[in-house]
Amino acid sequence: MKSYETVFILTPVLSEDQAKEAVKKFESEIKSFGAKLQHSESWGLKKLAYPIQKKSTGFYFLFEFEAENNVVADMELLMKRDERVLRFLTVKMDADHLTYAESRRQKSKKAQKTEA
Amino acid sequence: MSNDIRYLTPINIDIKKEKYCRFKKSGIKFVDYKDPNFLLKLLNEQGKLLPRRITGTSAKYQSRVNKAVKRARHLAILPYVGDMLK
Repeated sequence: MKSYETVFILTPVLSEDQAKEAVKKFESEIKSFGAKLQHSESWGLKKLAYPIQKKSTGFYFLFEFEAENNVVADMELLMKRDERVLRFLTVKMDADHLTYAESRRQKSKKAQKTEA
Repeated sequence: MSNDIRYLTPINIDIKKEKYCRFKKSGIKFVDYKDPNFLLKLLNEQGKLLPRRITGTSAKYQSRVNKAVKRARHLAILPYVGDMLK
């Protein structure tokens, strides 16, 4: 069970809840493949550094999950088929990456606490 | 006539500033491809990767930075070419 991190961009044409619904679909698909979703994050609408498919903004989402290796291929196939996804990138997380992601989550949690 | 060349200003051989690898010094183990403002420090104005002789990073971390920048470019977090700092 290796841990992976996926960042993907949804097309800005979607409304806010359509984007959320798409993310829920991916989350349920991954769970059905037998992956353990540890952390999912949304960076909201961000400006792209260069236009992709004639669009200059996009909804960024991040998934962190633990899965067998064939799960990644199935998920990516799914994302490739779905025309709402502009781009996706899955990265295997090694030890340093894991500790970094851990500390990053703590920092964001602390930031939320100070805000609230 | 002894040809002692007198310089107007004393030639100062530039003191060699000790270059260090910022990753070893600050103990950063992982270069994150998701936060652009850290990666921007290692790019020049056109968005190209700065060479090691300028930044002084060690080979191991330069290849990690290289991989992180390429991933960030794929995800449109960093431009492939562009005048970002100007």
